[in-house]
Amino acid sequence: MTTVPTTQMTATSTSWLQNNNVLGFLFMLPAAVFLVCFLTYPLGLGIWLGFTDTRIGRDGIFIGFENYAFLARDHVFWLSVFNTLLYTSVASVLKFALGLWLALLLNENLPCKSFFRAIVLLPWVVPTVLSALAFWWIYDSQFSILSWSLMKLGLIDGPINFLGDPTNARISVIAANVWRGIPFVAISLLAGLQTIPASLQEAASLDGATSWQRFRYVTLPMLTPIIAVVMTFSVLFTFTDFQLIYVLTKGGPVNATHLMATLSFQRGIPGGQLGEGAAIAVAMIPFLLGAIMFSFFGLQRRKWQQGGQD
Amino acid sequence: MTIKRRDFLAASAAAAGVAGLGIRPGFAQAAEPTYTPEPGASLRLLRWTPFVKGDEDAWLANTAKFTEATGVQVRVDKESWEDIRPKAAVAANVGSGPDLVMCWFDDAHQYPDKLVDLTELANYLGGKYGGWYDGMRGYAARGDKFIAMPLTAIGNAVVYRDSHMKAAGFSEFPKDTDGFLELCKAMKAKGTPAGFPHGKAVGDGNNYAHWLLWSHGGKMVDESGVVTINSPETLKAINYAKALYETFIPGTESWQDINNNRAFLAGQVSLIANGVSVYYAAKKDPALAEIAADIRTTNFPIGPVGQSVELCQTSSLLLFNHTKYPEAAKAYIKFMMEADQMNAWISGSSGYCCQPLKAFADNPVWTADPIHAPYAKASEMLRPNGYAGPLGYASAGVMADYVLVDMFAAAVTGQMSPEDAMAEAERRANRYYRV
Repeated sequence: MTTVPTTQMTATSTSWLQNNNVLGFLFMLPAAVFLVCFLTYPLGLGIWLGFTDTRIGRDGIFIGFENYAFLARDHVFWLSVFNTLLYTSVASVLKFALGLWLALLLNENLPCKSFFRAIVLLPWVVPTVLSALAFWWIYDSQFSILSWSLMKLGLIDGPINFLGDPTNARISVIAANVWRGIPFVAISLLAGLQTIPASLQEAASLDGATSWQRFRYVTLPMLTPIIAVVMTFSVLFTFTDFQLIYVLTKGGPVNATHLMATLSFQRGIPGGQLGEGAAIAVAMIPFLLGAIMFSFFGLQRRKWQQGGQD
Repeated sequence: MTIKRRDFLAASAAAAGVAGLGIRPGFAQAAEPTYTPEPGASLRLLRWTPFVKGDEDAWLANTAKFTEATGVQVRVDKESWEDIRPKAAVAANVGSGPDLVMCWFDDAHQYPDKLVDLTELANYLGGKYGGWYDGMRGYAARGDKFIAMPLTAIGNAVVYRDSHMKAAGFSEFPKDTDGFLELCKAMKAKGTPAGFPHGKAVGDGNNYAHWLLWSHGGKMVDESGVVTINSPETLKAINYAKALYETFIPGTESWQDINNNRAFLAGQVSLIANGVSVYYAAKKDPALAEIAADIRTTNFPIGPVGQSVELCQTSSLLLFNHTKYPEAAKAYIKFMMEADQMNAWISGSSGYCCQPLKAFADNPVWTADPIHAPYAKASEMLRPNGYAGPLGYASAGVMADYVLVDMFAAAVTGQMSPEDAMAEAERRANRYYRV
């Protein structure tokens, strides 16, 4: 009598474990717990903080959309939104164009191919803070190597005010970001280029396609899925950039290079207003979602890639 | 424990130079409080990374003396100075972490209810050592109640090249703002310009901007916390800043805290404002011997307001409610603030840390080198950052958001008219002082 329930229990648990759905759930559980703890919870907490007047050192109370209403009337916030959009769009376009160009070059049969491919990754491998410090010296208002070289060449009279003039400062931080971001785009696109079968290129050549036509009608369509993924990541990284700005300008001169991420930090941590800082960070989410949607629906058009109609 | 306590009292009494009386405090000083460390007490102090090595050595040596006398272990942790503020706030918020923090500026006023009342000890020390300087007291007290212990002001002074000033036709350094402007013009004409940061330099940028404003009689808020930055005095300050900016080396609107030191030591500028560290940097490097010998320091010139007024980094000791050993912590603070320890610490920090109590103004360090002299006045002439209003969340927020620094930078670079820059600063300050 006693053996029957045991057998039944074993049988039940075995059949549970043989059920694909249960097993799948169990296998996903560790990842799900990880995501909930380290992604969903902080994100949820950030969104919640944005609706409170929490300060560092004091719990907040729910105040609805007051932080957002307050930010909507803040010139500095809107300036940071403009700066972030400008920074992201210009830097992303440049990173894409130069990265694709570099990838095409590296895909050719160069001597010492692996050496060049390794060395191209360097700007990406160096910690951002270190490369930012190097750029800080390059852009220094007194000791800039660029100004010095141009002065020695007799092209300019005095040092260039790289980070002191609003326009120059914006160009300078974008240039530093592009320098740092190109390798990621180039190496990822290079990986994509190498998955394109050589036979397709050969077939197009036999049909009399010029090299531009081969690029336009063979390479580019085959590369689009990779481009979509790479540029989505690139846009997200650029949009949320913090370290580079914080080292180079801290958002100056007069907030001309303040990004939403740096403003969020400045108000939230040194300024102590966690609620408002969180609200600024949350205000970045719609833009980030927009970028993801654009890449998802705009660039990953499978039918078109497979030769069908849009 | 009794033995330890007696040892401690004897040691602190000896330290204070009143050996024998410490056991019966009633005879020594009417209000001398005694603090008996709890059995098994240990403490954690979080401090900013010292600017000079001697500061750290002296502080740790004093702490070791305290441990020897009382048996109370004190762990001293260091954090870079910009990280102290968030860490202290988090400790206050979650109610755990270090027992004591060396905080900056108006931190104590952000969470006064999380701090142990130190009024009794502060009044005793004030009575014994000639009283607290007003500015230092303002950062640590609310009304009559001390919510923190004033610790030190990091001196700031004008640092210049004597030979360059003389070459510009000045035999001595001008005392007022008008003369100062003339000097800067003359130095610019000689190719040895001045340079003050208009960039987001947390320390130097704020020091310079507050001096510009206060020396001309402007203030961010009045006594009741109403924003008064949009005023004729501020306009005068901005116009003065514009004239002065014309004499600077180009590019100071991107300067952060380190740029002025770097440019000065490289011979690019001949007049800056800084802590005493720039002098020691020159003195340490044999290649800069010529500059080190040529360096002179002086206090910022006096403006229409008629008195020296500066911001200066200021630090206070916070004792959190969450400490398990409040008596041991008070005993530690008392020990560190008594003459023997405080004098050793001030001497050790070579002019970087200025005394909070008037009696320590005759510390030999201030006369050991004429370069140190202006730094001795830091505590005397400083004003709290939210002058003239109450300290707290709004005063901290306005400074952290660089409202004043941005106002001057926008006007001197011509991005905004002085009137617009003032109105913008008023609007931004009102965001913080709204409630």
